[in-house]
Amino acid sequence: MYSYSEFDAAFVAERNRQFRQQVERRLSGALTEEEFKPLRLMNGLYLQLHAYMLRVAIPYGTLDSRQMRQLAMIAERWDKGYGHFTTRQNIQYNWPKLRDVPDILDALAEVEMHAIQTSGNTIRNVTADHFAGAAADELADPRPVAELIRQWSTDHPEFQFLPRKFKIAVTGSPNDRAVTMAHDIGLQIVSREGEIGYRVIVGGGLGRTPMLGKVLREFVPQADLLPYLEATVSVWNLLGRRDNKYKSRIKITVHEHGIEDIRARVEERFNLIRPSFGGVDQALFEQIRAAFAPPAFRTRSSEGYHAARAADPVFRAWCDTNLAAHRAPGYAIVQISLKAHGATPGDASAAQMRAMADLAERYGHDALRISHEQNVILPHVHEADLPALHEELRRHGLATANIGLISEIIACPGMDYCTLATARSIPIAQQIATRFDELRLEHEIGDLKIKISGCINACGHHHVGHIGILGLDRAGAENYQITLGGDHTQDAALGQRTGPGFSAEEIIPAIERIIHTYLAHRTGPEESFVSAFRRTGMAPFKHALYEVEHAHAAE
Amino acid sequence: MPRDSSREFTPKVVTGNALIEGDVIYLTAADDWTRDLARAELLTDEATARLRLMMAEGQPDIVVGPYLAEVAQGADGPRPVHFREAFRSTGPSNYFHGKQAGGA
Repeated sequence: MYSYSEFDAAFVAERNRQFRQQVERRLSGALTEEEFKPLRLMNGLYLQLHAYMLRVAIPYGTLDSRQMRQLAMIAERWDKGYGHFTTRQNIQYNWPKLRDVPDILDALAEVEMHAIQTSGNTIRNVTADHFAGAAADELADPRPVAELIRQWSTDHPEFQFLPRKFKIAVTGSPNDRAVTMAHDIGLQIVSREGEIGYRVIVGGGLGRTPMLGKVLREFVPQADLLPYLEATVSVWNLLGRRDNKYKSRIKITVHEHGIEDIRARVEERFNLIRPSFGGVDQALFEQIRAAFAPPAFRTRSSEGYHAARAADPVFRAWCDTNLAAHRAPGYAIVQISLKAHGATPGDASAAQMRAMADLAERYGHDALRISHEQNVILPHVHEADLPALHEELRRHGLATANIGLISEIIACPGMDYCTLATARSIPIAQQIATRFDELRLEHEIGDLKIKISGCINACGHHHVGHIGILGLDRAGAENYQITLGGDHTQDAALGQRTGPGFSAEEIIPAIERIIHTYLAHRTGPEESFVSAFRRTGMAPFKHALYEVEHAHAAE
Repeated sequence: MPRDSSREFTPKVVTGNALIEGDVIYLTAADDWTRDLARAELLTDEATARLRLMMAEGQPDIVVGPYLAEVAQGADGPRPVHFREAFRSTGPSNYFHGKQAGGA
């Protein structure tokens, strides 16, 4: 994994020194809130509903045990003993005090972490496939290029005052686990006649006006990537609407000008700036790539694993849902669910963070990942270690066997924390998970992604959920709209609205009716929810949601 | 004019977030700040409310983003009308943190 150079360390230290002084000036009254706000946002510090919130980047979702322990320490020393992992591979602390934040940033810098560009109109934390470097289906590890983009985009002088925020995601696998179709730029590593390059997707995004990305160029060679990205962001920086923040994202620019026009402008700009990239970036890329060399995988017997699978149904159930195929023989990718039934999606206590750090060190080549699905991944675990690992996870309340099932819900913080929210998300997620656990139905239902956002900004990715839930304020009451048929993968699709929304009391029964409709209409257990929806369309679900209810109400 | 508009004016309190702790605070009739909505000054006159808000805006060393929030007169003082203000006056629903736990 990448380690800070002297330059990186000095840069972060200098930024922290500046921010410490800015906080002092704010506290002394020398800076007004209007002056201070853009400065704190540049360092990831928001003021939320009940407190400040510090958003810390976990670049491309990768961290080691030392970093995870430091996150736990920060949670205990300066927060309320937990952290919240987000859909953009960040961790958020919900309760820091303003005067403590400079110390928190210094503590982060000790382990090569920071909160720079986790807010504001800049290029944000670059996200990547959480199985990077481990997945069996991977063409190339997306993290070296994500790190290259991070270095290029951090404090990039041309891109500090963009029309709006800008989000980049990278996948190195044809099975897209990084939601690249819903980012301002999505990069897909592809191979052309043996040469590795990038398919560049532009103009995806959720929020108020959800759009799937469009192919800007089918193949950009490695050496051209940074100048091509720079050209793209540069074209948008000039064209992007600054008069209306709802029209400022690149998806609207692409929509208004058309992809051909944007492509022509990008190519022109690319040709102009390409010569200024003299190859330093390529030398740097090679260095970065060397830092992401895979660990020394061992050859061991998996007999114990197979015996435990046969003997222990609880262990077997966990393996069936929470493991993914690893590219090294005898290894598995372990997904630790932060979605225990009834718990807050994405939250981990300091004790759990330490436990996961210890387990990564003991069984996982010291590697941890944060997924956009708000879970923690141990990417490299030998099957021989899985029974012991599972036992340890159980002791820490981390062995919930529900990855990919109805209770493994993405939920934004919603109105429990966020000033932008129009309704709560977390309690809805908690109630759905608890309800279907009571019904003992979730394994029967199978593969199903529910995603919940507490406002139209869609941090909870509801548009691409198989079932999406959007919380709104309707006439002073929480109201929840449902979309069906969304998909966050390489087959990306935006969900369709079912119709009028449901109150907080009605939403759980409404979800139940949707599920019972699916179970009644599917051709068999092998037909997943989203496949069944694609086959039947909206009609049976609409009927179950609205007409049946009205029939009951009329009785 | 003030008489007419005050008839349509719904009761308000001045609220914002504390500069250092970041938690929700309310302006009291005694010109200081409280963390308890019930102890906030109930403003029933529009002109007075505007003046009180201006006074709050003049205290950037204490409060961030002050605004007038709609409330109703309860038995024990002002109480929230909208659910957002209800959450602000208590805390999150997933943990017993914030005001409901008796702390910032």
